Amino acid sequence: MKPRMDIYIAGVGGQGIGLVSEVLTRALRLADIPTIGCDTHGIAQRGGSVASHLRIGGPLFGPLIPAGGADLVIALERLEAERAIVGMLKPGGHVFCCDLQIQPALVRTRKAPYPPLDSLRQTAATLGGRLTMVPVDTLPDPRMGNTALLARLTASGVIEGLTAPRVLKALGHILPPSAFEGNRVVFESSTRCPDP
Amino acid sequence: MGNHALARAMLETATQVVTAYPGSPTPEIGGLLEGVPENRRPYYFEYSVNEKVALEIAAGASMNGRLSAVFFKSVGLNVASDSMIQLPMLELIGGMVIIIGDDPGANSSQNEQDNRHFARMAHLPMLEPATPREAYAMYLEAARLSRMMRAPVCLRTTTHVAHAQEEVAFGPIADSPDWESGFDLANGPYWPIAGQVLPLKRRCLDKLRRFEVESDRSPFNPIIPAEEASPSRGVISCGLPALAVLETLHARSAPVEVLKIGFTHPLPKATIAAFLRAHESVLIVEELDRVMEQEIKAMAFDAGVSCRVLSRRDTADEMGEITPDRVEKILADAWPDQFEAAATHRPPLPMVRHPQLCPGCGHRSAFFAVEQVLEAGDITVGDIGCHTLGALPPHDLGRIVLSMGHSVSTGAGLALRNDHRRVVAFIGDSTLFHAGLPGVVNAAVNRHNLTLVILENGTTAMTGHQPRPGTGEVGAPIDLVHLLETLGVGFVRQVDAYNQKGVRAALREAMTYDGFAVVIAAHPCALQMVRERKRKRPGLEVPKIAVDPAVCTGCGTCVGEFGCPSFEIAEGGAVTVARDLCIGDGSCIQTCEPGALKREKPDRQ
Repeated sequence: MKPRMDIYIAGVGGQGIGLVSEVLTRALRLADIPTIGCDTHGIAQRGGSVASHLRIGGPLFGPLIPAGGADLVIALERLEAERAIVGMLKPGGHVFCCDLQIQPALVRTRKAPYPPLDSLRQTAATLGGRLTMVPVDTLPDPRMGNTALLARLTASGVIEGLTAPRVLKALGHILPPSAFEGNRVVFESSTRCPDP
Repeated sequence: MGNHALARAMLETATQVVTAYPGSPTPEIGGLLEGVPENRRPYYFEYSVNEKVALEIAAGASMNGRLSAVFFKSVGLNVASDSMIQLPMLELIGGMVIIIGDDPGANSSQNEQDNRHFARMAHLPMLEPATPREAYAMYLEAARLSRMMRAPVCLRTTTHVAHAQEEVAFGPIADSPDWESGFDLANGPYWPIAGQVLPLKRRCLDKLRRFEVESDRSPFNPIIPAEEASPSRGVISCGLPALAVLETLHARSAPVEVLKIGFTHPLPKATIAAFLRAHESVLIVEELDRVMEQEIKAMAFDAGVSCRVLSRRDTADEMGEITPDRVEKILADAWPDQFEAAATHRPPLPMVRHPQLCPGCGHRSAFFAVEQVLEAGDITVGDIGCHTLGALPPHDLGRIVLSMGHSVSTGAGLALRNDHRRVVAFIGDSTLFHAGLPGVVNAAVNRHNLTLVILENGTTAMTGHQPRPGTGEVGAPIDLVHLLETLGVGFVRQVDAYNQKGVRAALREAMTYDGFAVVIAAHPCALQMVRERKRKRPGLEVPKIAVDPAVCTGCGTCVGEFGCPSFEIAEGGAVTVARDLCIGDGSCIQTCEPGALKREKPDRQ
């Protein structure tokens, strides 16, 4: 049996969390690590909170991670990171989050302020979560945050068997050739990026 | 994905006719079937105008000897049921598989109805997979049984079975079947009217008995033993909840056996009776309604077993998806001496993030214009589709929703003898064709006094841009204005949804019209347009919209009332544009009275 790990991927509809789960799934299969999972479909894809569940290793049962059971939370947006931590993070688990904010309607209608970064840090700390923020403002395109985050995650060694060649191979399978080269450059430079 | 496994199984069983109406969680089945170029398909596939039409086409094909399949979402069965309920009485010589995607948790639906009830009402056999592998295997079995029994067989998935992803080992694709017409009235009667009904019902019930025998010998009802031999406790479960049970028991190494039922109607009576006899107490863990529970309790009574049959305790247990953490609670309620629900201390959830209309959506532009025409007391009625999102802030429009196509008639009812409060109903164009047209005809004939705003984006956007009738994509184009006028609508105006002044003028005129008036606010789906643009011209940079800080008064209309997600509030309170979200459509420019919204000069880069 391969070691079990539950990965919860959160973001805002349209950000492409499906791509992250697909890259991880393919990269892990290259390492012969079994996976099951599922993505959000339907109405939430229109700019709402979306999530993918990815369960790896064995034995595997259903695709849904129990509340408070995720060993690793991957978030492409800060508020969604906070939501995912509260609902899903196992105490002491890992969190990788793109340092990016997408304002929900409540913020844009000035009914509430967007929570500061400290709020996220505190929420993670309450559960003993180990938080890694991935900067995206230096990227050529903020939508490449997915790739930068995957690079940091791969370099961290948090997921056993997830190696840079496997992730790059998976990215190459999924992305059209025109998009791959830019993402490869981001992946390789982000792997070397030191902790902020 | 479960849906892809189903599509593959269709190819392996030589399913000849497949029909559907798109609805979450099923549309990806069609995505795969559509992916094969039309001239290379060994099958006929169509998105029909609604679920009832789809089901009838599949039924007709099966009467003609072709193995057929139809798929749609949970509430789609309500639409299809008028014909579906007759089918088990008829000899469907080709076989027919009805795939229903239920939505526990109401992820994308107006309810979480439990369609296992329909199987009982229609005497329809039902299989329920828990994984994509089972979805694949059960389709093969459903097709086999259906052909053998010449009766429809239902396959019920749920959201996270349909969308679950795992590797599935496939078999070979079947050879192309012949298209001989096999229809023969000798297999009838096919008209269950009055005196014909009872003999046909008798045959249907006899078939159901034979299905019960099949259920009892089905490999889809396995007993998963505990590590300990002959434990005194057992669980009966089905679908995803069964996996949640197995996961929880495994995590606790609990000595409890599980009877996992996949052939859920008719239930495997003998298998269940034997399982009850073998245990001192048995807990039933199912999702949504107490369907298995009632039948199994009756079986236990009839069988005279001493086993204590336990079930979920609380009303809350009848709602939403049954995940492993919820199973812990259900187990602890049933067997407090053995299980304990984990206490959870979690920080509070942050603010909610509702879904919203996409940047550049024509519906937003139309809604913004409509809001400016409405007066206090006016009533707006919504329908199903992307535009349902108008019910959320900032628009708060159409906060009455029942079902596909209801808005015009519910609105007409609200408008009756209602001289002071004007009624405006909304509907999307795909939904108009699905179930809105009868309401339109009715409103025109009876001169109901309301205004219908058709939010036309030229597609079925929410479920993934399946074609709707009349765009010319499939079949001949339909001129909506001409169609409505032909149906007797006395007032029809069509205006581009981006032209807010035009929408306001048309709506003002419509709302003073005495009788049924229609305004078509049309603009092609922005999401589809952007995806096409990316595909055809990758890397194309279009000029975005920018806020001129020298002109902006900070009134917040663009960000707060128009509400395009591209607008943000910067630290300090200034309005800015998120350039990666803005698609440069410019439908916002007219919302800014001071004129602070401007298109960037192309050379800004």
